[in-house]
Amino acid sequence: MLKAFENGADGVMVMGCLEGNCHFVNGNFRARARLARVSRILETIGIGAERIRMFNLSAGEGARFAAFVSEFAAEVQQLGPSPINVARQEAAKIPTGEIRV
Amino acid sequence: MITGTPKPIEEILQMLEPYDTIILAGCYGCVTVCRVGGEKEVEILASTIRLAREASGRKIAIREVCLERQCDPEYIETMRPYVEDYQAVLSIACGAGIQFLAEKYMLTPLLPGINTGFLGVTERQGEWAERCQGCGDCVLHLTGGICPVTRCAKSLFHGPCGGSSKGICEVGKDVPCGWQMIIDRLKSLNQMDNYSKLKPYKGWNTSRDGGPRRIVREDMI
Ligand code: SF4
Ligand code: SF4
Repeated sequence: MLKAFENGADGVMVMGCLEGNCHFVNGNFRARARLARVSRILETIGIGAERIRMFNLSAGEGARFAAFVSEFAAEVQQLGPSPINVARQEAAKIPTGEIRV
Repeated sequence: MITGTPKPIEEILQMLEPYDTIILAGCYGCVTVCRVGGEKEVEILASTIRLAREASGRKIAIREVCLERQCDPEYIETMRPYVEDYQAVLSIACGAGIQFLAEKYMLTPLLPGINTGFLGVTERQGEWAERCQGCGDCVLHLTGGICPVTRCAKSLFHGPCGGSSKGICEVGKDVPCGWQMIIDRLKSLNQMDNYSKLKPYKGWNTSRDGGPRRIVREDMI
């Protein structure tokens, strides 16, 4: 998750299967707990907890998947580029580019 | 195993303030098992530090390594070829491992990335609890396998004391009385006579009272 931010993502979505339906029994609950830790890290280092979120849906819910992606992408668009990308753009002196999710 | 908890990231960032190139060293021993200093934690912490530093406008270069054990010289030696190419080493092994690195690499500042805790066990995934304080004169054979030094908040040798109530210690409602546990266990083992075999007092000369301890095994040298 953190690597995605290092690689330039402005927001990260983590998709898990429906709670109670995980093939690995509690894998998606563990993923949620791990994500909570990463959110705290992002908040502490000034990147912002709102740039990462977990979504739960089943493999058959294509339309829902698309809706989640549009919703989150719009939110990240609102937030603007992550402080990492701002710092990189400043360092490279290039104008603020497109948002990456 | 030796347990520990991560230091707050703010504290780590403050420690790293003077440095721009560091080694972040994990350990595959105890701290991997208690999920605080293994390979995965090295990756998480390295990413966190890099992100924080880059966002603040001052990048840091981190070499990520994980040693088999930081408490054995042969594994520490594997860092020798490159250690002086970096300004500091941030270690997330236990305090023993970190100190051993510091002793071996005298010219490099060593920084602790975790707060070392206690000798304990994994009670369940994500939960560790203390079991032994290394007193140097084990009495578990007399106490039903339950350590009075550790499990009794006062390290008494003839408990329970007056602070024990319904099996709970006066120091906290979630702390079972170690001595109540010992008595219950001795009764169930039919070994209550062990209670009178305990020494009238505990000598602490085998514990920390004589300063740092050392074990020399002639048969192993
Ligand atoms: S350095 Fe510490 S954590 Fe690593 S194996 Fe040795 S005792 Fe365990
Ligand atoms: S009696 Fe001493 S050596 Fe034995 S478990 Fe307790 S502290 Fe450890």
